[in-house]
Amino acid sequence: MSKKMKSNAEVALIYLFLAFMAVVIGYPLLWTVGMSLNPGTSLYSAQLIPDNWSLIHYKWLFTDPSSDYLLWYKNSVIVAIANAFFSVVLTSFVAYAFSRYKFTGRKYGLYAFLLLQMFPVIMGMVAIYVMLNMVGLLDSLVGLTLIYIGGQIPFNAWLVKGYFDTIPKELDEAARIDGAGHLGVFFKIMLPLAKPILGVVALFNFMAPFVDFLLPRIILRNPDNFTLALGLFNFISNQFDNNFTRFAAGSILIAVPIALVYLLSQRYLISGLTAGGTKG
Amino acid sequence: MSTANPAAKKNHNPKLAVILSILLAGLGQLYNRRYVKGALFIILEVSFILTLGQFINYGIWGIMTLGTLAGTDHSVFLLIYGFVSLILIAFAVTLYIANVKDAKRDAIRLRDGEKTPTFKQAAKNVWDTGFPYFFVTPGLVMLVFIVVLPLLFTVALAFTDYTQYNQPPRNLLSWIGFENFGRLFFGSGSGDSNIWQDTFISVFTWTVVWTVVATTLQIALGLFLALLVNDPRIKFKRLIRTILILPWAVPAFVTILVFAAMFNDRFGAINTDVLAMFDLAIPWLQDPFWTRIALIMIQTWLGFPFVFALFTGILQSISKDWYEAADVDGASRMQKFRNITLPHVLYATAPLLIMQYAGNFNNFNIIYLFNEGGPPVRGQNAGGTDILISWVFDLTFELNQYSMAAAITLILGLIVTGFAFFQFRRTRSFKEEGNI
Repeated sequence: MSKKMKSNAEVALIYLFLAFMAVVIGYPLLWTVGMSLNPGTSLYSAQLIPDNWSLIHYKWLFTDPSSDYLLWYKNSVIVAIANAFFSVVLTSFVAYAFSRYKFTGRKYGLYAFLLLQMFPVIMGMVAIYVMLNMVGLLDSLVGLTLIYIGGQIPFNAWLVKGYFDTIPKELDEAARIDGAGHLGVFFKIMLPLAKPILGVVALFNFMAPFVDFLLPRIILRNPDNFTLALGLFNFISNQFDNNFTRFAAGSILIAVPIALVYLLSQRYLISGLTAGGTKG
Repeated sequence: MSTANPAAKKNHNPKLAVILSILLAGLGQLYNRRYVKGALFIILEVSFILTLGQFINYGIWGIMTLGTLAGTDHSVFLLIYGFVSLILIAFAVTLYIANVKDAKRDAIRLRDGEKTPTFKQAAKNVWDTGFPYFFVTPGLVMLVFIVVLPLLFTVALAFTDYTQYNQPPRNLLSWIGFENFGRLFFGSGSGDSNIWQDTFISVFTWTVVWTVVATTLQIALGLFLALLVNDPRIKFKRLIRTILILPWAVPAFVTILVFAAMFNDRFGAINTDVLAMFDLAIPWLQDPFWTRIALIMIQTWLGFPFVFALFTGILQSISKDWYEAADVDGASRMQKFRNITLPHVLYATAPLLIMQYAGNFNNFNIIYLFNEGGPPVRGQNAGGTDILISWVFDLTFELNQYSMAAAITLILGLIVTGFAFFQFRRTRSFKEEGNI
């Protein structure tokens, strides 16, 4: 009896702690939603649960002539699609070579990938800035996309290679007996079987331009070229208390779709990460 | 081999082929009667020298001198030309070595009387052996120019005197050896007291504290919650897991900016709504100590869900047999955790956990977006919460102290390489090289 009571008390404590965590997690998120519904633009007068809530800021983002929100959305989508496509193509090429072939420099290449994925791209930010300036791609979406594509290679090539390694080599051999060449194996065996991990790579490279703020901040100058994260940051960087409710509305419109995608795909991502990370 | 092969040419000399191919790529191949291949090598070499020779010459001169004529020579561009030249040379040397090896191999084959492959066969051979290189090349080129070259450039910049007052093209830069590092470590250098050394020490110590405390907290909380939710007596697991993962799903730059507003001293919700209940008002953004506390709390909030999700997956995969065996032996809950759960979980996730530490060490976003590294501190040129990487950002884009920023970046890089070294040792596949 006392054992059962002890167990019940434990369970109650666990639920209590989980409820506390739910409040800690939920409070800032709900607070943001509340802010976005406040009719005023000032943070000072805003209330958590506004008396006279309105969607005025959402409407402003989409319809006001002085709002660049849709333009930023378009820029982000363009960069995102290009980044997702080219990243998948390049990394799957690299991963296929590293997973299935023996060639000079292979071992050092793998070491280099492991090492380079720990260096954030901004460590070379001065050079990136100067080089983009030299080739005339500073303040352009093309330049930004190129940096994204190059920077993701070490991490994703490693991830995809780890997945390719789990595809049995017997399948390649069978295909080769049937007359498939190097490209045949790649397109008919590897790519179809690796769809889950390629999906993850595509997805995360698609979302990177929506959530990254730093690289656009270094590379882009003209507000016409801004991506969403940079544009939203500029809402509040100068007049913090003036535009916060607008910022909140704009943020929610990115955060909700991205959060949904994460929640739906997290299982694949985690299994991909642990498989790629530990099995190599 | 020596058994009378009628086609064998005893007097064909591999050494001569090697010497010829060293003299000019392709000559050895011509001597081996591989005319198409030889011609291709010669065309490649000649066109390489004709088109790029001058550029490489200029680049090498540029990287050695950094220019000689202020106003005309742009030292920074010259530095980049120099590195591009070095990369091109490395590429050419690799091809050259391949050419010499190829000439030697073909010559030996010819001497031993193997048939010269037809053009079609030769093309197929090239396709087969060259295939992985063809596939790696596009990615490699991107990687070299977007990741490696900028890192090399930064390393080089650390040994120059590039500052706001010394901007090319009006001025020339020069190589100054380890002077920048001397300022950071020993406070040497001209005039301005020991500002660099003082700042470096305080930023560095905070970076270490930040990395260790914030990352350990997020891992501990993630592990604790994963254990709680994994308890068989808990219901609604799916819902609970979804809620706990939310902070990871929302884009970090949004939540950090939201927190920055909530922690605002005057009108943030933390002070006006939550702490007002206890009659407290904490200067979150004015006092370095409280800003640091806030940052660590926010990072824990942001970082634990990933660890939680990771551990949840591992916990579910641990076989029940272990625990049943432990129950039979009368093990306590603590003993089971220490001897079964923890080793399993840590072994499977160690590389990813090391990455968490490395990630926080370079967690620019949270520091910059929360308070731009502030509040300012007297007597140093970094804010009270600046970590190394955000200090580098400020030095580069606010203070234009490019070479000092590069020197600090180099130190950062060495530390990150240390993390990577741990990573190599932990990544199992490197122990069994055959499998990677």
